[in-house]
Amino acid sequence: MGFSLEGVGLTHANGFRALRGIDLRIAPGERVALIGASGAGKTTLLRVLAASLRPGEGRVTLLDGEPWACAPAALRRLRARIGLVHQSPPIPPRQRVVTAVLAGRLGQWPLWKSLASLVLPVDPNGARAALARLDLAERLYERCDRLSGGQQQRVALARVLYQQPDLLLADEPVSAMDPALSELTISLLNEEATRRGVTLVASLHAVDLALRHFPRVVGVKEGAILFDLPAAQVSDALLRELYAAEGGLPLAGGLRAPEPAETAGELPPLRCA
Amino acid sequence: MRAGVSFGGLLAVVLVIAAVAGSFAYLDMPLGALFAGAAAGEIVDFVGRFFPPELGPAFLAKVGWAALETLAISLVSTVLAAVAGAVLALPAAGRHGVAGQVAARFVLNLLRSVPELVWATLMVLAAGLGPFAGTLALALHTTGVLGRLFAEALENTPPAPAEALAGSGAPSLAAFLYGTFPLVAAQWLAYALYRWEMNIRMAAILGFVGAGGLGALLYFSLSLFHEAEASTVILAMLAMAVAVDGASAWLRRASA
Amino acid sequence: MSTAVRDPAALPRLGWTLVALVLLWPLLRLTDFHPAALFEAGNLTAMGNFLAGFLPPETSPDFLSLLGKATVETLAMATAGIALSILLAVPLGLVLTRSLSIARLGPGRRGWIGQLLRAVARALLAVLRGVPELVWALLFVRVFGLGAAAGVLALGITYGGMLGKVYGEILESADARPARALLEAGSGRLAALCYGLLPNAASELVSYTVYRWECAVRASVVMGFVGAGGLGQLMDQSMKMLNGGEAASILATFLVLVVAADGLSELLRRRLA
Repeated sequence: MGFSLEGVGLTHANGFRALRGIDLRIAPGERVALIGASGAGKTTLLRVLAASLRPGEGRVTLLDGEPWACAPAALRRLRARIGLVHQSPPIPPRQRVVTAVLAGRLGQWPLWKSLASLVLPVDPNGARAALARLDLAERLYERCDRLSGGQQQRVALARVLYQQPDLLLADEPVSAMDPALSELTISLLNEEATRRGVTLVASLHAVDLALRHFPRVVGVKEGAILFDLPAAQVSDALLRELYAAEGGLPLAGGLRAPEPAETAGELPPLRCA
Repeated sequence: MRAGVSFGGLLAVVLVIAAVAGSFAYLDMPLGALFAGAAAGEIVDFVGRFFPPELGPAFLAKVGWAALETLAISLVSTVLAAVAGAVLALPAAGRHGVAGQVAARFVLNLLRSVPELVWATLMVLAAGLGPFAGTLALALHTTGVLGRLFAEALENTPPAPAEALAGSGAPSLAAFLYGTFPLVAAQWLAYALYRWEMNIRMAAILGFVGAGGLGALLYFSLSLFHEAEASTVILAMLAMAVAVDGASAWLRRASA
Repeated sequence: MSTAVRDPAALPRLGWTLVALVLLWPLLRLTDFHPAALFEAGNLTAMGNFLAGFLPPETSPDFLSLLGKATVETLAMATAGIALSILLAVPLGLVLTRSLSIARLGPGRRGWIGQLLRAVARALLAVLRGVPELVWALLFVRVFGLGAAAGVLALGITYGGMLGKVYGEILESADARPARALLEAGSGRLAALCYGLLPNAASELVSYTVYRWECAVRASVVMGFVGAGGLGQLMDQSMKMLNGGEAASILATFLVLVVAADGLSELLRRRLA
């Protein structure tokens, strides 16, 4: 139930070479953090793991299946078992929170159930339980555009919790949250993965969060893997090399406050149209 | 920037003047006769026959019924067109490949380019005289207009929400309804309401070719030289248009 | 189940759905909605024969010359109608423009005259454009007899109402300061218009007029149905005689004309923008 990448390389349509020669093998139930400078290829790597980007080279095996070798219906079933928390919450602003959370199981529900849920939410209790773990239960019937950026990110997280995937992926899930909330949220993801025994891969901008919460840390630099080590063995020298281009380690704080400008710069523009 | 009048601008002005003069000359408009004494008297006489409007209860009931019919034609046709337009807008926005896009755009352009009145004459043949033909005719033309507007709205919509859902295995219809539809719904509704405002005016006219509603009544009244009745019908048309404008503005505000 | 989980929108939704359904039934009855009529044997054969007559389109030289004349007549109607409507719209639009009001400059004594004049102009424009052009055409056909004159006058009146309103709006929304400065310096209204307002508003005014010309071409195509000449009248005759071949040729001409007007107007407006 884990996954493996062998010699995976990917070039975007605009000619940018995002990944090269990635070899990565992760066992079921492992919890891994991806760290690296902005633009290093963390998002692309996660999207390959989510079976939403097809790499140009190499072999991908996910949850004991080869996504790009199977029929469309089988690929759809495979994707329904993978949950990806996006960096910018992909939620329509005018949608209600309950609908946004329930959308997590569209891949598992038959079509009639999805359609019925648009008229009357079929499982409000389930959505509420997922939101309650993120301290948002009372916003169940609110519209998403009434929420702050951090709250929307938590709604997106609740959607993936509700999906109950076998492979839990998260792309900078805490970029719009303050340090205390980031800490709580990352703990929650880890707890969820441990409790259900599923694999967790999260990319994080803040190095200290990654080192504190994840047993295994993978450093990505310029589309390739720089190191792949247990958290305790990640040395300062390696980190300095990893972030050589950024001139300093990005930290979430907890001990020291983050520079607000940096967090703001990382914040994706929220669509409010 | 060049100073003064450019050669192109001058040429355009000359061309426009020539086109206008040519048009009037070609049409041989009796503009002079219009303002000659006898004709002017005739016109005053003609206008005078419209007053006062016919307000007998029997005729008012007839006008009320026709007005209801007109309202029904405009509403039903707009709803039909909104549904059909949405169905055609998906391929027209390029969601089902290039071949689908070209085909859908062709159909939408064809529906849109043929005026409502022409559709109405065709539909009177296909469905017989009466409001149903008018409904179909308006629905066909409006489908073309709304389909194009809907498709443009779709093209300007961020694809990320629907892609995220499809990425977690949602079927494409569910991904559209949960990820894209909430983004375009308000705009689609605004477009549909705007078309409804146009359609109430068109629905009043379609009766001229036998498609029911106020137009039929106006046509008969004028054919029988009952100008007082005609002026009541025209007043009813004006009132309907104003009422629908108000309702549409209210709905738009309520849904925003 | 706790009350918080009950969907607060469920009841209103149910209510509005019921209202819509209850309203839909009489509406469908009123429109005599019976799709089956489309497939009745009589109607099918009538339509089938008519459509079968479409091929081949009529291309005899006699008919083509008739068609050509009607096409030119339609274009001339649209152009003359727009010219007439401009004559009507310019004075009314100027009256509506408050930035050209001299009385508003100082402590106005006679301001009420201007206000009254504007109110009258606004009401006049509303009536002119409130009655559809086809109704005007129908009326004018009674006065002037069959022919293009009725169509031109109908177009001129309806479009005069529309153009006048929009001209007023465009001039109002243009920067009023240059005109105001000129008026304060004692110049006349006409000079203030030409040197103060037009430079800013001219391209928008022309662009809207061109767009209206395009609409006028469409409108004059159908104007013939009430006897106001042009392609519509030809179409009406062909339809009444169930002559499919002629109808097909006319329809094709319609489409070409509408698409060409569309393209020309877009080209002109892009050049102006």
